Amino acid sequence: MDFFTFVQLGDASVRMAIPLLLACLAGLFSERAGIFDIGLEGKMLAAAFLSAAVSFASGNVWLGLLAGIGISVLLSVIHGLASITFKGNQLISGVAINFFAAGLTVVIAQGWFAQGGRTPSLPNDARFNGLDFPGALTRFRDKMQASPGMQFYSEFVSGHSILVYLGLLTVPLSWWILYRTRFGLRLRAVGEAPEAVDTAGISVVRLRFAAVAICGILCGIAGAYLSTAVQAGFTKDMTANRGFIALAALIFAKWRPWHALGACLLFSLFFAIDIQFPRLELRVVWIMVLLIGSGVAMTAYALRKDKIDVIVLGGLSLVLALVALLAWRGEMSDEIGAIAALFETVRVPSQLIQSLPYLFVVIVLAGFVGKAIPPRAGGQPYVKER
Amino acid sequence: MSDIAPAIELVGISKAFGPVQANKDISIRVMPGTIHGIIGENGAGKSTLMSILYGFYKADAGEVFISGQKTEIPDSQAAIAAGIGMVFQHFKLVKNFSVLENVVLGAEDGALLRPSLAKARKQLKSLATEYELNVDPDAIIEDIGVGMQQRVEILKALYRQADILILDEPTGVLTPAEADQLFRILGRLKEEGKTIILITHKLREIMDITDTVSVMRRGEMMATVKTSDTNPADLAERMVGRKVLLRVDKVPAQPKDVVLDVRDLNITDDKGVHRLKGVSFQVRAGEILGIAGVSGNGQSELLEVLGGYEKATGEILLNGDPIDLTGAYSDGQSRRARGIAHVPEDRQHEGLIMDFTAWENTAFGYHHDPKYQRNGLLMDNAAILKDAQEKMGRFDVRPPNPLLAAKNFSGGNQQKIVVAREIERDPDLLLVGQPTRGVDIGAIEFIHQQIVALRDQGKAILLVSVELEEIMGLSDRIAVMFDGQIMGERLPDQTNEKELGLLMAGMKDGEAA
Repeated sequence: MDFFTFVQLGDASVRMAIPLLLACLAGLFSERAGIFDIGLEGKMLAAAFLSAAVSFASGNVWLGLLAGIGISVLLSVIHGLASITFKGNQLISGVAINFFAAGLTVVIAQGWFAQGGRTPSLPNDARFNGLDFPGALTRFRDKMQASPGMQFYSEFVSGHSILVYLGLLTVPLSWWILYRTRFGLRLRAVGEAPEAVDTAGISVVRLRFAAVAICGILCGIAGAYLSTAVQAGFTKDMTANRGFIALAALIFAKWRPWHALGACLLFSLFFAIDIQFPRLELRVVWIMVLLIGSGVAMTAYALRKDKIDVIVLGGLSLVLALVALLAWRGEMSDEIGAIAALFETVRVPSQLIQSLPYLFVVIVLAGFVGKAIPPRAGGQPYVKER
Repeated sequence: MSDIAPAIELVGISKAFGPVQANKDISIRVMPGTIHGIIGENGAGKSTLMSILYGFYKADAGEVFISGQKTEIPDSQAAIAAGIGMVFQHFKLVKNFSVLENVVLGAEDGALLRPSLAKARKQLKSLATEYELNVDPDAIIEDIGVGMQQRVEILKALYRQADILILDEPTGVLTPAEADQLFRILGRLKEEGKTIILITHKLREIMDITDTVSVMRRGEMMATVKTSDTNPADLAERMVGRKVLLRVDKVPAQPKDVVLDVRDLNITDDKGVHRLKGVSFQVRAGEILGIAGVSGNGQSELLEVLGGYEKATGEILLNGDPIDLTGAYSDGQSRRARGIAHVPEDRQHEGLIMDFTAWENTAFGYHHDPKYQRNGLLMDNAAILKDAQEKMGRFDVRPPNPLLAAKNFSGGNQQKIVVAREIERDPDLLLVGQPTRGVDIGAIEFIHQQIVALRDQGKAILLVSVELEEIMGLSDRIAVMFDGQIMGERLPDQTNEKELGLLMAGMKDGEAA
């Protein structure tokens, strides 16, 4: 693996991190204000569909983006109505939005375009294309032969769509809003102690709706990015549970913007591996070191924790070790023998690589997060006490 | 006097919640630069009245005048603008914010925080010297004690330029020493010309620091008098509507054999915090041991262990035989079978099931009693109902209707249902937690009499209460808990509130003398 491979991997990580990051920050604003939002997924999906459809029909991707944001904000407002105004259960309203979006996007897409529940492929001028920075190389062959610095500049820095740069900018912006503005102070307060906000004479309802609206805008951008920048059109369930991974990243980041960036980059690295190495081949010995190593690490970690952690993570480690042994055993034959089999190359099943991000999320949430304290008033509607 | 406009004047305030008339045509005048007490039983409408003044509720009728000006208060923002600040019983603070951030919240100067925080920091410094309200502006709320948190609430009001300060039951969470400190601060505020309204049900506080006092009963204003013209017995009578005995009437105890012997009890909770640290004590038959302490110093855990729903290490002997603390018999059922009855601290969550009827509640925990069984398989509801009816009659539960859900009784009557259930079991040991929390004075008198009567039958009683007056009046011996330890034991007639207060604040036994 040369340097360029790593640059490509980093490049893909950043690209795949953007929808996660936007969704994660969307959840951050909502949850920091005390509204749990499990409907990130549905909002992204609806936005992905509508922005692709509008981009296709109008030929203008900015109109598409606007439409995506619009539908996502609309769903957010519905969530807000259910959970803020009518003081309903926030999880149920979120789940409803997810089902609603998953079903309706496909049905409407079929009704409008009759292409099996997808939108037609977007022409290049109805998409967000990569921005080429001055002096950056664009042809793959040129990049391969360029100096490492040039490779980094051309591949990693340049060539992303404008939404990527915007998405990255939302991190410092979110941090600044949360910790340096009056609005941010009140937003954080309303998720921790709405009664303190209320008695200070500020409207809890208005603040929470503002937070939910911001959540909608960010989810809308995330969805539009998926269907108009990463892909050229909408396909069924194209968000691929990113809304839920974003929630996991949010917990991992303990509801802090810069940490959210880190968590999303980490999770997206696995998406990037899937994109960059769909047919990854590794020597058996490396596979074994990786699998058994992570098993040992997990067990060592679990031993310091509760009995239940030891059982769960320890069991998982045993499975990993078993897989490692099977991989080795599979390569052994009379001709080669046990030792030489270690240095055979094996193709890692693509299903395994595809499931890595999800697997990683489960492992992280199973115990590597540490103590994550959600906003205290999260999930509860605010009712004035008598 | 008459040429100065009152700081606050309420005229004909009425407020109803559904069929309940919380405030009935209430008028009150509070002169500037005075401390005005409002006293009344729970549910008398004190808090409702103040919530109307602070813009939390809208009055159905009536007018508010601030410094002689008719003022509409549709929301808290308007109340703050009118110079009213409120310190709630349950603090309205953001726990993981700093003191500074809490003070600034809602009173920021602009869209950006930095200038507001800088200004508030300067302001806090001058308020601190002016009113002796020292608080570290960068401390996080959850790291500082309740006394400090209360100061932050007062600072919040002062930072918003409040001239009128309303305090709702401010001493409920404080040690006596902290309460004295609070009163000094209030005195200081009064000197500076602030007007203070103190809502409380503690007669002593009213007598100690107020200039005038208003008495409320069942939503009505009974009287407003100068504090110097009245006395506690008079106030109590006006609150309840009849003569009340403020002191518990009892003969000296006749302690006999040791019933409960607790030896070196320890609890460490999930977070690794040591909740009980080597607690040892004894309770004899025919005596009441009172455990005093500010809430949260291990008394609840102690009751939970004894009641059988918390595990602990150590040894507990009941009538000389050990009690199972961790094994198969360490549950409430086994405890009751051994003759331990328990009136839990939190009657609404631990003592009763609020949505169940009174008669069902009178049998909880004792369903296995043969007299409640039929054919050994079915519950004999008719028997339970009849039993409940008798109990409710004996304990003067009002209304005496066993078919009513527990939540429809007042606090005092709910407590009587619990006390009736536990005392009527003829236990060897009665555990009582906060028997009169949220209970009106009339019912307090009755419940105290029942506890003393049980003692006189030769039963052992362990009383846990955060009300020092109750502990002093009811106990035959007093143990003080602080930070999971017993700081010392005293006899009620050989100690005073000051000494107990020092022990409650963590002073060592020798130092507190």
